[in-house]
Amino acid sequence: MFAEFLQFLFSGLTIGATYALAALGFTIIYNASNVINFAQGEFIMLGGMLAVYFTDAGLPMPVALPLAVLIPAIAGALMARLTIEPIKGAETVTLIIVTIGASLVIRGLIQVWLGKASHGLPAFSGEKPIRLLGATLMPQSLWVLGVSALLVLALWYFFNRTLTGKAMLATSFNRVAAELVGINTGWVLFMSFSLSAGLGALGGILVTPITLTSFDAGIMFGLKGFVAAVVGGLGNGLGAVVGGLLVGVIEAFGAGYLSSAYKDAIPFVLILFILFFMPRGLFGVKITDRV
Amino acid sequence: MRGMLRKTIGGMAFAASIMNSAIAAEPIKVGSVLSVTGPAAFLGDPELKTLQMYVDDLNKKGGLLGRPLELVHYDDGSDANKANAFAKRLIEDDKVDFIVGGTTTGSTMSMVPLVEKAGVPFMSLAGAVVVVEPVKKWVFKASTTDRIAAERVLTDMKKRGMTKIALLSDTAGFGQSGKAQTESVVGKYGITLVANETYGPKDTDMTPQLTKIRNTPGVEAIFVFGFGQGPAILTKNIKQLGIELPVYHAHGVGSDEFIKLAGPAAEGVRALAPALMISDKLPGSDPQKPIVANYVKAFEERWKDRVSMFGGQAHDNFFIVVDAIKRAGSVDKAKVRDEIEATRKYIGTGGEVTMTPTDHMGLDLWSLRMLEVKNGTWVEAQ
Amino acid sequence: MMMTRRYLGLYLVAATIAVLPLLIPNGFYLDLVIRMGINAVIVLGLNLLIGFAGQISMGHAGFIGIGAFATAVLPTHFGWPPFAALLAGAAAAGLLAAFVARPIFRLKGHYLAMATLGLGIIINIVLRNEAKYTGGPDGMPVPPFTLLGLTVDGDRQWYWIVSAILMVSVWASINLMNSPFGRALRALHGSEVAAQVVGVNITRYKVTIFVMSAVFASLMGSVTAHYVGFVSPALADFGHSIELITMVVVGGMASVFGSLVGAVLLTALPQALATFEGWETVAFGVILILCMIFMPRGLVPTLAARLGGRRP
Repeated sequence: MFAEFLQFLFSGLTIGATYALAALGFTIIYNASNVINFAQGEFIMLGGMLAVYFTDAGLPMPVALPLAVLIPAIAGALMARLTIEPIKGAETVTLIIVTIGASLVIRGLIQVWLGKASHGLPAFSGEKPIRLLGATLMPQSLWVLGVSALLVLALWYFFNRTLTGKAMLATSFNRVAAELVGINTGWVLFMSFSLSAGLGALGGILVTPITLTSFDAGIMFGLKGFVAAVVGGLGNGLGAVVGGLLVGVIEAFGAGYLSSAYKDAIPFVLILFILFFMPRGLFGVKITDRV
Repeated sequence: MRGMLRKTIGGMAFAASIMNSAIAAEPIKVGSVLSVTGPAAFLGDPELKTLQMYVDDLNKKGGLLGRPLELVHYDDGSDANKANAFAKRLIEDDKVDFIVGGTTTGSTMSMVPLVEKAGVPFMSLAGAVVVVEPVKKWVFKASTTDRIAAERVLTDMKKRGMTKIALLSDTAGFGQSGKAQTESVVGKYGITLVANETYGPKDTDMTPQLTKIRNTPGVEAIFVFGFGQGPAILTKNIKQLGIELPVYHAHGVGSDEFIKLAGPAAEGVRALAPALMISDKLPGSDPQKPIVANYVKAFEERWKDRVSMFGGQAHDNFFIVVDAIKRAGSVDKAKVRDEIEATRKYIGTGGEVTMTPTDHMGLDLWSLRMLEVKNGTWVEAQ
Repeated sequence: MMMTRRYLGLYLVAATIAVLPLLIPNGFYLDLVIRMGINAVIVLGLNLLIGFAGQISMGHAGFIGIGAFATAVLPTHFGWPPFAALLAGAAAAGLLAAFVARPIFRLKGHYLAMATLGLGIIINIVLRNEAKYTGGPDGMPVPPFTLLGLTVDGDRQWYWIVSAILMVSVWASINLMNSPFGRALRALHGSEVAAQVVGVNITRYKVTIFVMSAVFASLMGSVTAHYVGFVSPALADFGHSIELITMVVVGGMASVFGSLVGAVLLTALPQALATFEGWETVAFGVILILCMIFMPRGLVPTLAARLGGRRP
């Protein structure tokens, strides 16, 4: 009984960590520009797919992996420059459509260039399962959880202790005020997209040994990451992480204890539940609006 | 006088040959709606490549009935509603002579009413038995069905004395129709489904479902109905959880791709596949050997990629129509349809096909071989 | 004078509908035009929500799915007459919309987008899972539409039916826009607080609009089901919802004519892109991005402004 519970918990936490990274990506961009970036999932896919491409092409892992993070980061900045910046301040619907357009472009290009098959990466430290109190955990899961935790800490430090990070936060609170104190807000936009993309890509690389990757792997990650961000409170970093883990765990428990057929519906029932009863999300803040 | 006659005859023959080549130049239109993008892209992509390859190949050899072939294809993006619209376009606007396509059962079924109404021969590439049962006049499907796959696996399980198994199917069309077929025939073999779980085709972790299965008392084997990356992840999960039960797959995973993705966890797994997937291991005496060897060579040479059984299905269906047209001596739709129905012992990549007025599929239980992964490669199981 | 000006668009649509059958070369184009008409009605309803009320529904295809499957499942498995099934579907969609909208609309912000995203996907999953009734992911055939003993048969008949529905919808939308209700909606979009100050009960209006657009969608879902003769859960998927929003935004938010233009263009686009062989996804994405950058208000409002005329 307990072993079963623990097994569901482990698988929920592992997949939840990837949702958490996706949710963080959403949060960073939302904070910097009020944009809900529906292309976030594609950055996750890019990380995995590019890592596969580079390792297949013969590059050693220590070169292939950083490249697979760098290129999506550049792609993120490019996306900000080409698609978001020209329509800064447009209506929310317009912004959503633009990010969806960008996600289609990225997905379409990868589909044409790298094909439609699924690919995997070798696990970083082997495939021997770790037995813990009757349940098993793959070593790669520890990598996912460990690196995610490190990333979250690093981001916290970045946003709260460094000037650059604080500048980005300031821009999200009040753009005009930030500009008045000399912050280059245009640059903040690029930085946020770049950071989110790189973050997503790294998450994608970490999970590919477990989840495999393909040109359309980004769709579900994007949607569920978005749900996690809303559950945690859109705009709140800690909320994104907790939201991601929560969504993953509830999904695993749902599949294990309720019905595996309706497993995919669970995150979306959760979002309705949250919106009905706790619309700010778990950690959201009350916002006031100028009339 | 003689000279005049000769000249006249010569002139008439010349005029006739010009008229003939004018007619001959009009291409035979091959219509196709395939899921080249979207969730079923994994199936549709090799199907399109196969059709393109053989249309070009036939044209190089002089065409069919002296006429070139023209492939008109549309991508339905794995959406059955779009398939319906494209079928209308093929029939009414492009005026194709026959259709090979309908990658998914959904897209095939959405096109069926149209081809039946317009009277266009339609070779379906979908998997579910519902395509040919009940038999529809203009619809044929020279590829194995989910029911055949279920019965083939259950036959093997019965031989090994199993009576209680777990079923794990994906929630897409392939898995769901496979699940329905398995549930309906399982009693015939004296087997009960003690566990019945599903997973999403893009799911990344099936340990919850497998944990439930492992904890079900009396389970003797696991039967997986799915294709693509799902079964590969499943296989790794099974190894991770330390589940020692025999695992059977349907006909979606018999490729080297699966072994590559699942890694060492694939060892000992059994799956169904047409002879195409073990072409290099077939004995010379196997009647399918020449066909599959040719197909593998041609596909790998042209596309620099491994063959897929779904591409093989496209090959078989296409050539059955080509042969039918040759026998009919024309592209008259009714005549071609009759000749397709008269296909006898056509040997394709998927097995031997014999159609009758009550059987528009033509393959039997043994068209699928039972394979097993031994030492990291597929061999025929004993 | 006012009357003619206001209804100019309507007369144009009527004229086009009357002339079109003479220009259509074959059954494929007729089919395309009918699909454009169906989409146009759905988009008109959606535009009321997005363009006027300023709210986004990211799961509208879910309502289409409800209507489509109601009219497939109820007659096939339960023996209902098609017209009753159609009404049942519309009622179900409306009730569901009201149920979701009431708590959501009390909040400020784009919560409806998230809620409808979730709702649409849940509807899709239910349709795919309940295979016993819905045929599962592979869908099911739909019996022909009969009413009072008459059966609709053939694309030509559907053309006139869909055209009639379209005319009524356009007329209703134009009138709505210029009624007190419509003015209240536009006030809403401009500034919710100001609207409240003037006495507009914003929650009630938003809920009403959302329910109306859901009912429109469900009705046209039923029409689609009978017309095509086949339904599959893909009708209710996320991609389809996005296509609909795109039609609104590209055609022109808060513009009746824009809704029609958006529906026509984006129904034809996949057919036009079919020649791109693998690049369709990229092409569609690029078109979306370019449209949003260079015509953020949509085709019709941008063109109207360029031509120096008044707002439509």
